[in-house]
Amino acid sequence: MNIFDEDRRFYDFTDDESGFYRLEEGLSPEIVRQISEEKHDPEWMRDFRLKSLEVYNRTPVPDWGPPIDGLNMEEIASYVRPNTSMQGRWEDVPEEIRNTFEKLGIPQAERESLAGVGAQYDSELVYHSVRDEVAAQGVVYTDMESALTGEYADLVRETFMKLVPPEDHKFAALHGAVWSGGSFVYVPPGVKVEIPLQSYFRLNARGAGQFEHTLIIVGEGADLHFIEGCSAPKYNVANLHAGCVELYVKKGARLRYSTIENWSKNMYNLNTKRALVEEGAVMEWVSGSFGSHTSYLYPTTVLKGDRSHAEFTGITFAGAGQNLDTGAKMIHLGRETSSFIDTKSISGRGGISTYRSSVQIMAGAKGSKASVNCASLMLDSYSRSDTIPAMDIRTSEADVGHEAKIGRISDEAVFYLMSRGIPENEARAMIVSGFADTVSKELPLEYAAEMNNLIRLEMENG
Amino acid sequence: MSDKLMKAEGLSVSIEEGELLHEVSLEIGKGETHVLMGPNGAGKSTFGYTLMGSPQYTVTGGRILFEGEDITRLSADKRAKKGMFLSFQNPLEVPGLTLESFLRASVRAVTGKPVKLFAFRKELEETLALLKIDPAYAERELNVGFSGGEKKKAEILQLLLLRPKFAILDETDSGLDVDAVRVVSAGIEEYQRRQEGALLVITHSTRILESLKVDRTHVMVKGRIVYSGGASVVEGINRDGFEQFISSGEE
Repeated sequence: MNIFDEDRRFYDFTDDESGFYRLEEGLSPEIVRQISEEKHDPEWMRDFRLKSLEVYNRTPVPDWGPPIDGLNMEEIASYVRPNTSMQGRWEDVPEEIRNTFEKLGIPQAERESLAGVGAQYDSELVYHSVRDEVAAQGVVYTDMESALTGEYADLVRETFMKLVPPEDHKFAALHGAVWSGGSFVYVPPGVKVEIPLQSYFRLNARGAGQFEHTLIIVGEGADLHFIEGCSAPKYNVANLHAGCVELYVKKGARLRYSTIENWSKNMYNLNTKRALVEEGAVMEWVSGSFGSHTSYLYPTTVLKGDRSHAEFTGITFAGAGQNLDTGAKMIHLGRETSSFIDTKSISGRGGISTYRSSVQIMAGAKGSKASVNCASLMLDSYSRSDTIPAMDIRTSEADVGHEAKIGRISDEAVFYLMSRGIPENEARAMIVSGFADTVSKELPLEYAAEMNNLIRLEMENG
Repeated sequence: MSDKLMKAEGLSVSIEEGELLHEVSLEIGKGETHVLMGPNGAGKSTFGYTLMGSPQYTVTGGRILFEGEDITRLSADKRAKKGMFLSFQNPLEVPGLTLESFLRASVRAVTGKPVKLFAFRKELEETLALLKIDPAYAERELNVGFSGGEKKKAEILQLLLLRPKFAILDETDSGLDVDAVRVVSAGIEEYQRRQEGALLVITHSTRILESLKVDRTHVMVKGRIVYSGGASVVEGINRDGFEQFISSGEE
């Protein structure tokens, strides 16, 4: 047994699935109808799901990234929900599920003054609370299903999968057909949410896919920090995550969206995240990608409004058997828009980490600025790191900068720290944590600590 | 004999390209200050790195004893815990790791005890003042953007906080202006006084030696120690350079 398996016990735990409702595996219009019925979808949503299924069936699997042929959709149970209904109070959540979350540190996180917790267990939200003061500001924070019929039902209908249409790619179409769970946040114009909102979800049942949908609308001049954290237990059957995140940042608003994803090592993480940023608004992404077998993740920002601004700070850690293809995409439409990408990728024990980005500055985006800064660190000589930064600049009135660094962990730096009494594995972890520091600095304290723990866990198997 | 703090016995060291040190022997007693001089490329730094346990060099013969114990196969962190220290000629930069958290981790590692935060802070502030280092440097990333002089001062800062029994100073004085040499020397004297710390000072100049009481001087040429004697040899080297020793290295 290696140390790594021992130490992952805090993350790789599973609960008894008994009593849970489970659909037949595989996908057909009947199943999609069944999901829709079970969820009491409005009619438009049922039609949307069926239309998405058609798109899914005629869209080929992407062939430009890491291989995903280990993924057999027929084996993926698309919908597993816990035997519990929505809960408002932590104490009311069934003990078994509560234990799982406690191991993941959620109640602690809440105690540390997080505003609300929307924790998704398998496909349904089982726990959801928004602090009174946030609700009093008119902020709506609810599960996606409730949002379909809630106060902002029309707004949801106008925006749902408009940024990420099902036609976008095969897994967006799949998401459109079978999405389940996720969060809806609406911040009214001018409202500044002082404390971060947090959602935490993870996969549990064997072979189950997860297709949560996150829809956030930050009104004019409003301000929000939303944190999403994911962890999943380890299974032997291929697992799929095809979530979707749509973020609307209105005129003069600011949204910070932070995630630390820690998927189990058999997960295919094919997630789609996109933000639409209006005039003078600011979008900030902080993204940590850990775990998973294969990841495709390129959060996209559309800088539509003049003088809108986006920043993307990301880190990816690919260990043994992992192929993580991550990056960011910036599309400049408005004048004097600016974007800034700063990423760190780490690969060790034969892992493959690919940084892939695209910056497009359209002809109308005069006076825009873009800067891309990507650094890769390889922990040994048999791991791999690739950098694929694309630039498409269609106006001469743009200021574009790009810097890429790729390197191996310095043996001499390791020796330097060791000569001060620090054991080798700790010395290496300190150097890697330092490399990741630009990202941890952007995270709330408990998340930065969790990320450093993850880095340590990932490295201890060396 | 175990009354010697550190003993190198017939130490031969190789890298892939060939042998760099040939049967080097050297003994340093508790609290003694030894100087290792020699022309560039003689193997002085290789010797220092090997004593500290750099995996870059392979010991192909002989052994290293510290307080009578054979440490030839110990990793560098274990040597540090036993009380050894190496001040690097080119201290490494570690982005994202602050000087203070590095120092705290080191003190914890070397002592094997949790660091008492208040006492640590106080000692850090006093030592920074002694070495005329801007207190803001505690929050700076380790050696990142430090000038040559600042890096060397930071090494002496580590020396003082880690309290080793034996420290190797590899070209600590090189590239320093007169004021910086004075500050660094004061730090080293403090180490000698406070710890009764033993020193192996590797240098090819003699400026740093002006303020240190030297017990013994060794001259290394082409991977061999060709002369060991009292402090007076330093004056001869000042006057005539290493010429007088070069031929003895050719044997």
